[in-house]
Amino acid sequence: MTRFSAFSLFAKALGGHQGWPEQWPDAAPRPAYDAIIVGAGGHGLGAAYYLAKKYGITNVAVIEKGWLGGGNTGRNTTIIRSNYLYDESAHLYDHALKLWDGLSQELNYNTMYSKRGVMMLAHNVHDIQSFKRHIHANRLNGVDNEWLSAEEAKAYCPPLNIAPEARYPVLGAALQRRGGTARHDTVAWGYARAAAALGVDIIQNCAVTGIRRGLDGAVEGVETTRGFIASKRIGVSAAGHSSVIMQMAGLEFPLESYPLQALVSEPVKPVFPCVVMSNTVHAYMSQSDKGELVIGAGTDQYVSYSQRGALHIVEHTLAAICEIFPIFRRMRMLRSWGGIVDVTPDRSPILGKTPVKGLYVNCGWGTGGFKATPGAGDLLAYTMARDEPHPINAPFNLDRFRTGRLIDEAAAAAVAH
Amino acid sequence: MLLIHCPYCDEQRAELEFAYAGQAHIARPADPAAMSDEDWRDYLFIRANPRGRHHERWRHIHGCGRFFNAVRDTVSDKFEVTYKAGEPRR
Repeated sequence: MTRFSAFSLFAKALGGHQGWPEQWPDAAPRPAYDAIIVGAGGHGLGAAYYLAKKYGITNVAVIEKGWLGGGNTGRNTTIIRSNYLYDESAHLYDHALKLWDGLSQELNYNTMYSKRGVMMLAHNVHDIQSFKRHIHANRLNGVDNEWLSAEEAKAYCPPLNIAPEARYPVLGAALQRRGGTARHDTVAWGYARAAAALGVDIIQNCAVTGIRRGLDGAVEGVETTRGFIASKRIGVSAAGHSSVIMQMAGLEFPLESYPLQALVSEPVKPVFPCVVMSNTVHAYMSQSDKGELVIGAGTDQYVSYSQRGALHIVEHTLAAICEIFPIFRRMRMLRSWGGIVDVTPDRSPILGKTPVKGLYVNCGWGTGGFKATPGAGDLLAYTMARDEPHPINAPFNLDRFRTGRLIDEAAAAAVAH
Repeated sequence: MLLIHCPYCDEQRAELEFAYAGQAHIARPADPAAMSDEDWRDYLFIRANPRGRHHERWRHIHGCGRFFNAVRDTVSDKFEVTYKAGEPRR
């Protein structure tokens, strides 16, 4: 693996950046592996990397239907935060947040993780009460989160309109300073490169068409469009298509898949210093290093795999953005797209073992999986290596829908992630 | 935006007039007290979520206000048929 350094970048710059070698090989499937990960997004590649790096299983394949990082990893709005209400969620997301720190150094690849702060706006009395409850709960769990007055929020994010006569008056905000953004593509590429260097095969354009199970019910491998691949351990990290894959193993899951949209504006000079979310009017926004305003819209109301959403969803979000940030009213939008998010009834992920021996799952991240990328990868790898969940992801088991021990962030964490 | 045919109004109208109401043909338990935890899980939480033909309920909330059923392809989002509540599964 090429080791990136200031010197190597400078040396290659002198040559016009010609001659950079391929960062990871495009592998062809071998007949058998010690472990298979289905889905080469950030979560799946992360799991493969940690399996090889921390848990000593290097004979691993990551199988991807399309191209690497082409699903929700490349389609999200890159918001990173951990200010969730319930203890289980706070531990889960903060585990990921701690791994984001130092990830660029660990992978020797710049993930552009920027702790620019995530600010959530309160527009009414209910928001204030709810956010203050979150702040207190977060502090008890060692997660930073603080209350800002409207004036302090304006000082932190100058484009904000805090006029009392505004359509959506800002009464205050909750700020997580450790929150921020990262460059989504580089997270997938960084993990892919580091995993490949440890011996992991990354197999693209290879769709899983079936899961083969033995007489004892345990998994024996996956049928794919490029032939059968044997493995006693299969981890599924397939986001919106998780329930489709699970049905191949005969499992019905508590998941529904919805289109979620995002869009970016034309690139402009730095004008927006942080991430702002408004759950009440359903809008969230940040500015990428390239200069585009990155805007997240809502999900469509119906189940779909079409990877595109309706225009009125985008219009609704943009109307709210224009009210909260009047300076962007004449901004032109450049691109919009959709991804398919798998949503659980309690809006918390399912991460752990399944009733099928040797089959592990990481799904149900709904509209907010990107922030958890390193944590989800690490915990899926741990669960696959030890055949038991880590204490952090143990509460996020599939059985909670039978026992009723839900982790109900559906209302607590509000709509947007 | 979807165009949806309401079987009661017998008109094709914009999605904005309708509210999605989840998977169709999920029968309420006849004897709730006899249900096991697994039965409750299946009834409350497990959903088909197919890639392809999906039976679903819609409500013509800004029209006649009535619930009806539909079959829609979840890949193309194209409606195959809509039919009145109480009619057999298509």
